Amino acid sequence: MARNGEQTQNTGFKLVNLWTDERYRGLIFQFALVLALFIFIAFIVSNTIQNLKTAGLASGYSFIFDTASFDINQRLIEYSSTSTYGRAIIVGGLNTIVVAVLGIFASTIIGFFAGILRLSNNFLISRLVTVYVEFIRNVPVLLQIIFWWVILLALPKVRQSLSIGDSIFLNNRGVRLPSPIFEDGSLFVLAAFVLGIVLSLFIRRWSLKRQEVTGQTLPIGIISIALIAVLPVLVYIIAGQPIEFQAPLRGKFNLRGGLNITPEFVALWLALSTYTAAFISEIVRSGILSVSSGQKEAARALGLKQNITMRKIVLPQALRVIIPPLTSQYLNLTKNSSLAVAIGYQDIVSIGDTVLNQSGQALEMISIFMAFYLTLSLAMSAFMNWYNEKIKLVER
Amino acid sequence: MKYKLLGTLVATAAIACVSIASAGTLDDVKKRGHLKCAINTGLPGFAYTDDKGNWTGFDVAYCRALAAAVLGDPNKVKYKNTTGKTRFPTLASGEVDVLSRNTTWTLSRDVDLGFTFLGVSYYDGQGFIGRKSLGVKSAKDLDGASVCIQTGTTTELNLADFFRSNNIKYEPVPIETNSEARAGYLAERCDVYTTDASGLAATKSTFKDASKHMVFPEIISKEPLGPLVRQGDDQWADIGRWVLNSLIIAEELNITKANVSAKANGTKNPEVNRLLGTEGSIGKMLGLDPKWAVRAISAHGNYSEIFEKFIGKNTPLGLARGQNALYNKGGILYAPPVR
Repeated sequence: MARNGEQTQNTGFKLVNLWTDERYRGLIFQFALVLALFIFIAFIVSNTIQNLKTAGLASGYSFIFDTASFDINQRLIEYSSTSTYGRAIIVGGLNTIVVAVLGIFASTIIGFFAGILRLSNNFLISRLVTVYVEFIRNVPVLLQIIFWWVILLALPKVRQSLSIGDSIFLNNRGVRLPSPIFEDGSLFVLAAFVLGIVLSLFIRRWSLKRQEVTGQTLPIGIISIALIAVLPVLVYIIAGQPIEFQAPLRGKFNLRGGLNITPEFVALWLALSTYTAAFISEIVRSGILSVSSGQKEAARALGLKQNITMRKIVLPQALRVIIPPLTSQYLNLTKNSSLAVAIGYQDIVSIGDTVLNQSGQALEMISIFMAFYLTLSLAMSAFMNWYNEKIKLVER
Repeated sequence: MKYKLLGTLVATAAIACVSIASAGTLDDVKKRGHLKCAINTGLPGFAYTDDKGNWTGFDVAYCRALAAAVLGDPNKVKYKNTTGKTRFPTLASGEVDVLSRNTTWTLSRDVDLGFTFLGVSYYDGQGFIGRKSLGVKSAKDLDGASVCIQTGTTTELNLADFFRSNNIKYEPVPIETNSEARAGYLAERCDVYTTDASGLAATKSTFKDASKHMVFPEIISKEPLGPLVRQGDDQWADIGRWVLNSLIIAEELNITKANVSAKANGTKNPEVNRLLGTEGSIGKMLGLDPKWAVRAISAHGNYSEIFEKFIGKNTPLGLARGQNALYNKGGILYAPPVR
């Protein structure tokens, strides 16, 4: 900037400079290009809207306030056939998020284990994992979803349900669990659960600090589990067992009451988890191999055990390589969940299709799909980028 | 550089500004030399490819009759396969001239989506199929049952309405394709399977143990299926409507594929003569030549011949005429008179 000012001062700014001076000319060209692009896009958009109106294709989004008049079997929020289309779409969106989040959780665990095991020195283990990875990732995921579904349909029929103590039932219509009934005092149990999490986080931090000073470690894992699991149970007993469980009953056609986890959900979840895990395992393997072997050797020279070396030395460095492609896999999993329509898991696409068919608002509904997946994906990317930033190697 | 960019802009603008407005569908079709007809992506009996790879079926026969009436040749049709999702935008955008894809005539489609239905070519209704071993005699006894649904039309809405009005609960299992929905029903994922009665008959015919299943007596919805066109071109809608009517009237007047050319030379029956163009001027009224109906009927014969050929008793679907018989033969098929 200073040089700019100097030059202008020396030569004096003339209008012709806008054209002859390379820097100004460049700016003008860029400005013109941006302007032209903007006008072009605005023109295309307004023209499309106009033409769609002429063709009678766009009639707005007011249909989402109309009554849906169809039922949904898995709903996280209150919904009935008298609710609106908008609410039905939200129920579907939540169902997508549930299967995506649980799928990401499971695929990460399976993927990390598979990736590490594939590098194992044990011939049998590493070959078994290789077979798993190569088989799963080379078969289309839609086929795998249908495969798992058909497998689950081969479970006992509803009248021959397997049951554990007549409270948990398993058949080809899903797993039926007792449903909890919350009475007064159940809030204490929830509070104990939250407290357990907070306490274990706190202890973890304190222990890390202590380790830096004294070098001594605590078995944090066991302590955390004890806090998070045992504390609420203790409170539950002390508070006089405020949560009751209602077991499902056998009805004429189906079991009644209780929570039902449908085979469609399980099939989709299993297929997406194992499929994505195969890709993740390869990412993890490449991440681990990217850490120079000198690091491992140095750790061993210091006398660290193998699993500590992996957890504390190799994985943290490998994560820098792993996270960016891992994000893509998470996004893939989320988007692949739309294949649920094939087996009837009522995700946003399945429900949206019904809305589309009933209301005939194809363009509007497709735009809602796009907005939903875009928002979800961008949110996940943002989170993963934040995490990536956080675990970046701090250079000292 | 800049001028080029500007030029491109102007050119694009000019192209984009060409509006959809056109003279009339009839003129467009004649000028183009072929009819564009939207059909199913494949539905046994209604739209499927024969062993030579040509589209044929109950819905396709209508397209061919229309092309014969307008263009003089039933083969001058280009088919556009549409799914439940794409059919309405395809018609609304002007990509096709007519949609003949087992589509239910409903108020909202007729009014809100801006289409004109040309009549009813098949009276259908949603029904249930279940195992006889359930011991259920009526769909009203299905309280608590799991129901497999083939999605893609208003099946889920009818089902919800039926169960709500009878105040009974159920678990819906909506599946997109017939094959998976069938698999779910056969594996006893569901107690009953629901879709349109014509589809149930077709599905039941493929079961190995068909005698162990029964179609419940309840038909829980009205599904009048028929062809439709865009609203706003009355002449084209009239032509489409009367081609359909002419096939029904032909059955009523015993005009068949075999005898239509003989009868076209004139008969003693004035209504036959009016329809086949030897008396009066209904062809002119429609904007067509006098022999339009002769050609429409020559394509596949009258309604009865089309029905029996593609979906009737002697086909794998094995559908009885039932409601789709003529009004004077116990059905409700009724076309207004030609005069």
